[in-house]
Amino acid sequence: MTHAGIPRHGLALLGALLAALIVAPHFVNDYLLTVLILILYFAYTGQAWNIMMGFAGQLSLGHALYVGLGAYTAATLYVHFGFGPWIGLLAAVPVAMACGAIIGFLAFRFGVAGVYFAILTIAFAEFARIGFDHIAYTGGSGGLFLPVAQYTQNDLWNLRGKPIMFYYLMLAFTAAAFLLCQYLLRSRMGYFWQAIREDEEAARALGIDTFRYKMFAVMISAGMTAVAGVFFAFYYNNLFPEQVFHISRSIELILAPIIGGIGTLFGPILGAFVLTGLSEAMTELLHTLGIDVPGAKQVFYGVCLLVVVLALPDGIWPWFARRLGLARS
Amino acid sequence: MPLDIYLNVGVSGLLTGLVYGLMALGLSVIFGVVRVVNFAHGEMMTIAMYLAIVAFQAFKLDPLVMMVPIAGVLFALGYVMQAGLINPFVDRPEHSQFMLLVAIAIIMVNVLLLVFGPDARSVQTPYAFDSFAFGRIIVDATKVYAGLAAIVVAAALFAFFRFSDIGKAIRACADNYTGALVVGLNVKHLYALTFGIGAACVGAAGAMLVLLIDVTPPLGPQYTLLAFVIVITGGLGSMPGALVGGVLIGLTEALAGLLFTPSAKSMFAFAILVLVLLFRPQGILGKRAS
Repeated sequence: MTHAGIPRHGLALLGALLAALIVAPHFVNDYLLTVLILILYFAYTGQAWNIMMGFAGQLSLGHALYVGLGAYTAATLYVHFGFGPWIGLLAAVPVAMACGAIIGFLAFRFGVAGVYFAILTIAFAEFARIGFDHIAYTGGSGGLFLPVAQYTQNDLWNLRGKPIMFYYLMLAFTAAAFLLCQYLLRSRMGYFWQAIREDEEAARALGIDTFRYKMFAVMISAGMTAVAGVFFAFYYNNLFPEQVFHISRSIELILAPIIGGIGTLFGPILGAFVLTGLSEAMTELLHTLGIDVPGAKQVFYGVCLLVVVLALPDGIWPWFARRLGLARS
Repeated sequence: MPLDIYLNVGVSGLLTGLVYGLMALGLSVIFGVVRVVNFAHGEMMTIAMYLAIVAFQAFKLDPLVMMVPIAGVLFALGYVMQAGLINPFVDRPEHSQFMLLVAIAIIMVNVLLLVFGPDARSVQTPYAFDSFAFGRIIVDATKVYAGLAAIVVAAALFAFFRFSDIGKAIRACADNYTGALVVGLNVKHLYALTFGIGAACVGAAGAMLVLLIDVTPPLGPQYTLLAFVIVITGGLGSMPGALVGGVLIGLTEALAGLLFTPSAKSMFAFAILVLVLLFRPQGILGKRAS
């Protein structure tokens, strides 16, 4: 299932992909650049979610909670206190990790698992959505806005600048997340996670402190996801609880790793490319065809998802890897 | 005087809760037997609501009358979904089933959006403004009809599972999958029937709910969540639990809307869900999950 190590031509492929992504902004127009940013964003969040589900087997359907907490923490510090995003990041990550720890503690201590755990995560995200709707300090349902001006200079310290700066930042995050996941998967903890994922009872019988390692999985995943939230806040400059915490956001985040291949390192990246590419291609196609009806694009999108789920239930990457001769059984 | 308000709101919440309960009953029946969480449940309900609206606008057919044919249509939809798409996924991991149903749900929401547009639709029945007075409690006639109809449908369903041969066979599948195969039951067919029955419940509930609320396509996901909250509160897989959960959530939402602000009412429903999951994960009337 999972690759303990990456074969040599896999590394070559990875290097080629990275090189292509580094030079890509010089060959694409502004529109494609925003699409690439979106792809990297979903690759990154997918990687973070994958730690919890793909590695440790804990299905979270409420990851928008951590994006939202990260975004709101950093944005609030910026708007109300003038702290920059990197300081905000230092606050946002612990906030999300603490929230993940609370959910994890409650669920794992009280034996809430499987479907019940998944729905508990939805419940917390929904709780936050409605809660933030009523917090006047963060703008309530009216939204929280970051000051926007025309920036000619890229100010990396304050994350104010042109899309290309956000592109390279997200590329760096995605690359770092890939390396971290690669390291984690082969670490002692990674093997414990996989043992828990395959058979929790057996893992416990072997002496693995399953509670502890499941907690680590949730907290690392939550913290990483909050980083994406900070990016989200400074990239889009506006936050609405109805959008940030909504269940459809949570689903959006987990489509890429599931379609790409759960528990694999390349799955979230491949899934993000396929799904975002598909979605944008459809927008273009419908635009060219002159079909401008709300819902048309999503119907096609849903049908494509359905086809992938029916044809490749384990995701695209495991199938693709076999084709490339990268898979080790 | 304030007591009157609480009683009025409470009774109204209870009646709405019965309809919620019927909707959740469908989810509970499906999960109890097929062991698949229907993430397209609320979306199926909005389909039923739009069917009721079309029938009313085109032929002046009362949603309460249309309840039976709409339940029939939804039964067919559910049967086809299970037989054609979901049966191969019964043995797959939860996230895989989730993906499948999310894809179905996305298609349903957006087909409705394509066909009916984003505007809210409702049904104006001649009795929309009638009410019954029980002493100092005044209740909307529509809510009374809807609540009573929900009880009738639920009772019919209980009787079906208790006394009919097919109902017994379905319960056998739920109790012991291998055993059901061994005695020669056609489990795939029974699963499809079960999904159909669950869909019929939600269809009937949708026909009633159209009397109480306006419908828009994005309502689906919200009601999927509401159905989850209700069945987990009552006990996933427990039929009486779904009704009890529905009434509890209906009451909570009504009273929270009165005491705090209506926009925060579902927060209380989620708070109840969290408490139930923590202190009684099997739900109020559920059996301990293995």
